[in-house]
Amino acid sequence: MFRRSALPGFGLTMGYTLVYLSLIVLIPLATLVLKTAELSPGELWRLATSHRALASYKITFGASFIAALVNVVFGTLLAWALVRYKFPGRGILDAIVDVPFALPTAVSGLALTAVLAPNGWIGRFLEPLGIKAVFTPLGITLALTFIGLPFVVRTVQPVLEELEHEVEEAAAVLGATRWQTLTRVIVPAVTPALLTGFALAFARGIGEYGSVVFISGNKQFETEITPLLIMTRLEQFDYAGATALALVMLIVSFAMLLAINGLGAWARRRAGHA
Amino acid sequence: MKGNPALAATQEPAWIRRLIIGISVGFVGLFVLVPLLAVFGEALRNGLAAYAHALVDPAALAAIKLTFFTAAISVPLNLVFGVAASWAIARFRFPGRSVLITLIDLPLAVSPVIAGMVFVLLFGKHGLVGPWLAGHGVQVIFALPGIVLATTFVTFPFVARELIPLMEAQGHEEEEAAIVLGASGWQTFVKVTLPKIKWGLMYGVVLCTARAMGEFGAVSVVSGHIRGRTNTLPLHVEILYNEYEYQAAFAVASLLVVLALASLIARRLIARRVETT
Repeated sequence: MFRRSALPGFGLTMGYTLVYLSLIVLIPLATLVLKTAELSPGELWRLATSHRALASYKITFGASFIAALVNVVFGTLLAWALVRYKFPGRGILDAIVDVPFALPTAVSGLALTAVLAPNGWIGRFLEPLGIKAVFTPLGITLALTFIGLPFVVRTVQPVLEELEHEVEEAAAVLGATRWQTLTRVIVPAVTPALLTGFALAFARGIGEYGSVVFISGNKQFETEITPLLIMTRLEQFDYAGATALALVMLIVSFAMLLAINGLGAWARRRAGHA
Repeated sequence: MKGNPALAATQEPAWIRRLIIGISVGFVGLFVLVPLLAVFGEALRNGLAAYAHALVDPAALAAIKLTFFTAAISVPLNLVFGVAASWAIARFRFPGRSVLITLIDLPLAVSPVIAGMVFVLLFGKHGLVGPWLAGHGVQVIFALPGIVLATTFVTFPFVARELIPLMEAQGHEEEEAAIVLGASGWQTFVKVTLPKIKWGLMYGVVLCTARAMGEFGAVSVVSGHIRGRTNTLPLHVEILYNEYEYQAAFAVASLLVVLALASLIARRLIARRVETT
């Protein structure tokens, strides 16, 4: 089991890692599980499936799903352009992709609200078309799209870079059209990365708070995301209500984390076989 | 390139290329660049004097101080952890290794609101140990310790995640040679390992610092929003915005944009060093 190593320090670093991990992450998260154990299963179910909670799941998961899909489409195009084409401003474009990740979420939320408001730089063009982005599910979706973009681009980009040009040339030499090469050679090769990017963007979206609260308007049953509902419950000292919702979120987040790790292992096996 | 049949078979027609580039530039421009510029537009709407006034306001200065102070505690904590964890994980094989890596990533998967909430459940007025601590005069929630804890939680994996793959890729022959030649563990770490990982370490520190200064959701839950006392910069932005002081809110937000852009530039510069060493 333990590979013999000439290096010292395993006991010390491992011990420190476990103690610190427990203190900062595991014990606090365990508190949440402990707190839910105080509730009866019926009570837990009632709190986690109240009308207001169900409406918040719908908006949170729905908006995150659509935003992740939009990012898979545009993020992949963007990654393709960055990897395959030379054009002026490519370096800047590549750098700007990281902005949503680097920007504090509250600032993102504020900036998007300002731009999409009826008198904002983009909102003023949407207004005559009858499109309302601020205080609507559309706004939430747009905010989550903003937040999720780097996750898809940065997952797909390295895979496109690794793709060997020779394989495409071989396909072409063997008589494949460009479209056939794309759908039969390139798409299968990047599928694990696309799914991972989608999962990362989706996972980030469901937990997102800062960038959404400014643009959503936080109307019950309409634009109230689950993290905000948890926040509201906490402010009312309704710890049981908050805990039930948090448990649902935690289970979904954990499932996403496992799915992402699984996808990563799949992609590595794929790469190993190729 | 025109008329080269070999290229035509492995490249898209020019109009498709232009279309893809156009969509990419348009999407990023509209979605990322315009909102970024809008922050500065709104911040400077009432002129430079108003802009400067919002930044030297005592509450803003207190928020700046608290933000830097919080990062100054959280980042070194996670730095030491990141080095220890990557030494244990990248240099040794042991059962449960992949579970440990997943657990280290856990804070990234948890919603910031839940990250703050768990500390309220622990240390709050009705929390598990909160009442006992309050009896001994220690306040965690709605005070500095809570803000530091929540920030440390959300920035927990950043250094470790950079170092583990880097140290794995580098291998440990040089360290083993140093040990065999009689160096102590500490000497080996400082003289052999540290120079090899220093750029990766810096990269992780930049990521960690940027997130620590910009965290909103988790800190919002534990802070209590006490003006001048428990307000970090992102919370101060929210308060100003909710009080309809839009120009001041965007002025403070622009400060955070500058910090974020500086972190991006630092990351780019450091990433180049990581690749070349």
